[in-house]
Amino acid sequence: MPSRRRAFLVLSLLSLLALGSLSLALATGSVAVSLADMFPGTGGGSSLASQVLIELRLPRALAAFACGGLLALAGALMQVLLRNPLADPYVLGVSGGAAVGALLAMLFGLPLMLVDGGAFGGALAATLLVFALGHGEGAWTATRTLLTGVIVAAGCSAVVALILAVAPEAQLRGMLFWLLGDLGHAGTPKAAVVTLALTLALALPFARDLNVLARGGMAARALGVPVARLRAGIQVVASLATAVAVTTAGSIGFVGLVVPHLTRLAMGNDQRLLLPAATLAGGTLLTLADTVARSIAAPTELPVGALTAVIGVPIFLFLLTRRGGLP
Amino acid sequence: MTTPLLAVRNLSVSIGGRRIVDRLSLDLQLGERLAILGRNGAGKTTLLHTLAGLHSHDAGVISLEGTPIAALGERETAQLRGLLAQHQRDAFPATVLETALVGRHPHLRRWQWEGARDERIAREALAAMQLADLATRDVRSLSGGERQRLAIATLLAQQPRLCLLDEPLAHLDLNHQMAVLELFSGMARDRTVAVITVLHDVNLALRYADRVLLLFGDGSWRGGPTAETLTTEVLTTLYGHPLHELRTGDQRYFLPQ
Repeated sequence: MPSRRRAFLVLSLLSLLALGSLSLALATGSVAVSLADMFPGTGGGSSLASQVLIELRLPRALAAFACGGLLALAGALMQVLLRNPLADPYVLGVSGGAAVGALLAMLFGLPLMLVDGGAFGGALAATLLVFALGHGEGAWTATRTLLTGVIVAAGCSAVVALILAVAPEAQLRGMLFWLLGDLGHAGTPKAAVVTLALTLALALPFARDLNVLARGGMAARALGVPVARLRAGIQVVASLATAVAVTTAGSIGFVGLVVPHLTRLAMGNDQRLLLPAATLAGGTLLTLADTVARSIAAPTELPVGALTAVIGVPIFLFLLTRRGGLP
Repeated sequence: MTTPLLAVRNLSVSIGGRRIVDRLSLDLQLGERLAILGRNGAGKTTLLHTLAGLHSHDAGVISLEGTPIAALGERETAQLRGLLAQHQRDAFPATVLETALVGRHPHLRRWQWEGARDERIAREALAAMQLADLATRDVRSLSGGERQRLAIATLLAQQPRLCLLDEPLAHLDLNHQMAVLELFSGMARDRTVAVITVLHDVNLALRYADRVLLLFGDGSWRGGPTAETLTTEVLTTLYGHPLHELRTGDQRYFLPQ
């Protein structure tokens, strides 16, 4: 059980890393900037550099950070909900629903705002479907919820395949980038940042209840945890967090699976530390990955979702083999 | 007569449409030890969960210290009664000490962290179960018996007044079986707890229970002081297998024929 002091130290360190990653994201790009450009009113710095910083790089860095944080936080919550360290934010079909909504909007040539609307609507529809079916008659079980999510996701990917098959050539590239996860079209980071703050504010008061829930439903109920309400709450909050992240940046893979997992390996499974730590680490990782994705082959941008997967897969496989099977 | 710790009035419980107890009434005071006996599937575990307030019932009232359990909050209930459930499955890594500390959950306020007092209580609970040396071990590396003792230690750390034990002796070797029964009997003698235990061993019930509750599986039940209630005829009906009785001095034993 980490002490409060240790938790404070770890979170301070991770906050510094997060600030470092954001600074790097702001400093990296084809236009060189200086610290003074951050504050155009002070007279120092050039106006072009200020514009690049404040209108392009800052929103994108914040969007990357918020999406990474949302995905890691949602992943950590799903892992406790399903009592499975291999669960990720997409396991309940949220990203599949979002993909169907977004690609349909693109197929009909709708403007970007409606593509976002389609993604969010699709994510909500998938969430509601899985929630309603998982909380149907009889007792809630992780297996039924998981299976429902997997089946809904499978149905969504079939629809996605059909859309890709009939889509005109000109739209395919945009669709593929959306599917892989891409912050180039992120727009304003406001929704993601606000959702991240709200999700943390909703989850942290229940962190110790989540610790007990991770020990099993019956044990948690015997210790006074309102398990049914807590489970419903986690599922809704984690799904909405995922929906906002996916709407902002597409289906970025592996952040939501690997980050909570690595955080757990490094500092244990106390949710009071794990939830904020995974949030900070997820935000930092995605900010760094996005900075690499847009600068390494400049002026070509790589899809950040492919990059996180390329980094994530070997790390994950390494951990699995090193721990001799299940983590 | 003081308010009983546990008062059950006209309790009827069903599972899957089958009635397992019909109009059960019983009072339990601090210091009393009650054993529940019955065949597999007779509803012993379901009844225990119902008494813990974790399973719905068709009719009747269960009260803890005079308050109906339905009117108590989840946290207040958990401060009064503890349940040792049958199976422990650990999905995530955690140390033995952390696991025992989970028992302190109902005593902590929302933002409160486990303090020195909680750690002392948890360590004492581990020591009582001979687990003090394993405090830093990962729970997933424990043997079945060690895991069962850790579950009991977690219950001890919870410090409930009513202990509901579902097959507490599962996976335990003989010395630990006796140690567990002696420990709860000692706490009952000190009048710090009342204990309800689901047991499979009639002879342990004879030694370690003041009263027994027999569930016959069709909703009928029979309760009373252990020595008077447990007879060859009753047990033969209860288990559907003939038993006979042995006596050595004051001690009685039942053996299957």
